[in-house]
Amino acid sequence: MTPKSIAIVGAAETTKMGKIPDVSVIGLHADAALNALADAGLKATDIDGVATAGISPVELAHYLGITPTWADGTAVGGCSFMLHVRHAAAAIAEGLCTTVLITHGESGRSRVGAGGFGRSPSSLMGQFEMPFGVTSPPTMFTIPVLRYLKARGYTEEDLAQVAVVQREWAAKNPRASFKDPITIADVLGSPMIAWPFRMLMCCLVTDGGGALILTRADRARDFPQKPVYILGTGESVETPMVSQMEDFTTSRAFRVSGRKAFAEAGVTHADVDHLMIYDAFAHLPLYGLEDLGFCQPGEAAAFVRERHTAPGGKLPVNTNGGGLSYMHSGMYGMYALQESVRQMRGIAPAQIPGAKISVCHGVGGMFAASGTIIFTNEA
Amino acid sequence: MDRALPQPTPETQHFWDGCAAHELRLQRCIACRDSYFPPRPFCPKCGSREVEIYPASGKATLYSYVINHRPRPDMGTEPHSIAVVELAEGPRMMTNIVGCPQTPQALVLDMPLEVTFESFGAITLPLFKPAEAPAR
Ligand SMILES: [Zn+2]
Repeated sequence: MTPKSIAIVGAAETTKMGKIPDVSVIGLHADAALNALADAGLKATDIDGVATAGISPVELAHYLGITPTWADGTAVGGCSFMLHVRHAAAAIAEGLCTTVLITHGESGRSRVGAGGFGRSPSSLMGQFEMPFGVTSPPTMFTIPVLRYLKARGYTEEDLAQVAVVQREWAAKNPRASFKDPITIADVLGSPMIAWPFRMLMCCLVTDGGGALILTRADRARDFPQKPVYILGTGESVETPMVSQMEDFTTSRAFRVSGRKAFAEAGVTHADVDHLMIYDAFAHLPLYGLEDLGFCQPGEAAAFVRERHTAPGGKLPVNTNGGGLSYMHSGMYGMYALQESVRQMRGIAPAQIPGAKISVCHGVGGMFAASGTIIFTNEA
Repeated sequence: MDRALPQPTPETQHFWDGCAAHELRLQRCIACRDSYFPPRPFCPKCGSREVEIYPASGKATLYSYVINHRPRPDMGTEPHSIAVVELAEGPRMMTNIVGCPQTPQALVLDMPLEVTFESFGAITLPLFKPAEAPAR
């Protein structure tokens, strides 16, 4: 993909967010899709490419009445949507389709029409991780962290600080689940989930969805919304088992994906006005700041403590409040993408004045996969 | 509630048979001598199918862990460790640390550990406990 040759022309989240007991999983996909189509001034029959995760692209296409010439069901966890954006950009550039709809919908809290959470006992995870009592992400994604803290000289307070700053951003977002200010003492005093992780260091569990529509940049000017151009993209995967990560202090998938996106975009870190780092847990923004190259290893905690990522800071991070305070349905990547698009359109609740370049970085599984999209609003 | 247990596959059967015999079996490449885990019939470094199974020393150090305060129903009701240990031979594996209090004070990163085995019906799991003699 040539930088700026593909644009986002439609973007929307579900009508409701948070607790939605009256809508099923596929209903959330459809609600987000219809909102994004309306945003772009399109009908479902105008779509000829579909991508989604959680449900199959076949279910999505049939439910909405789409006859695609391109479909992508890449499902690598919460960053699947970053990979969909990357794959869709390549597919459109190659002429496989012209207008792509990417959807996410998840009944994470209400579990309406949702599948189960389980792994075959004969899978590698089923044999070599499940027998030791791992449950869900709070006991898996967190396992590398004590090693990371020791290697970097970081503390529990440094983890808590991430949650405190993100709550400040959430306070500016009317749709955020949690808006009341919190302190480091509040975070450390919240119920212990899995040492060293307290409840306020873990993401929310909510219902919701989102959708994006992509097309060629030369068509984008004909759409009602300000186009948001794709400048660079990256992706990678590492291991389905967190215990087999190459290095517990750095994510190989983050590094590979980030480097690829920056190289394609041809921008430097100093050019970046806005950053989203998928924060299922409080350690992820610290890993992300280091692995994407915004901070040297060992400097990320001080960078957050010194308020560079906070409102008024030089590198605003997770300006919607993040998975820790805004919403987290299970695969949060779509909401990070939505916030980057809002920032580039200039319509975010906590808008960064004059922001021109936004980096959106996602994780899938427990450091299993990664996707990075760099956006700009300058043609 | 019965403990969630592995279902061995042809590629991993030797590992679980080893645990039942109270032997921690690893694999290594004949060509590059690299030990690896989890089991597979080829070397993940060089791709060679010429690999051998051998008994590991059972010695390890504590690499990282959490203490789960909300145990899965099959894991009892008390907070317990879920750990990753670094084997003396190099590979890391997930396990539980047993034989000591399940507290941050008792579970210190890099502490020496040794393997111990616990049977659950047909399956024996490799667990780790603080090493009795000082690590050499
Ligand atoms: Zn080899």
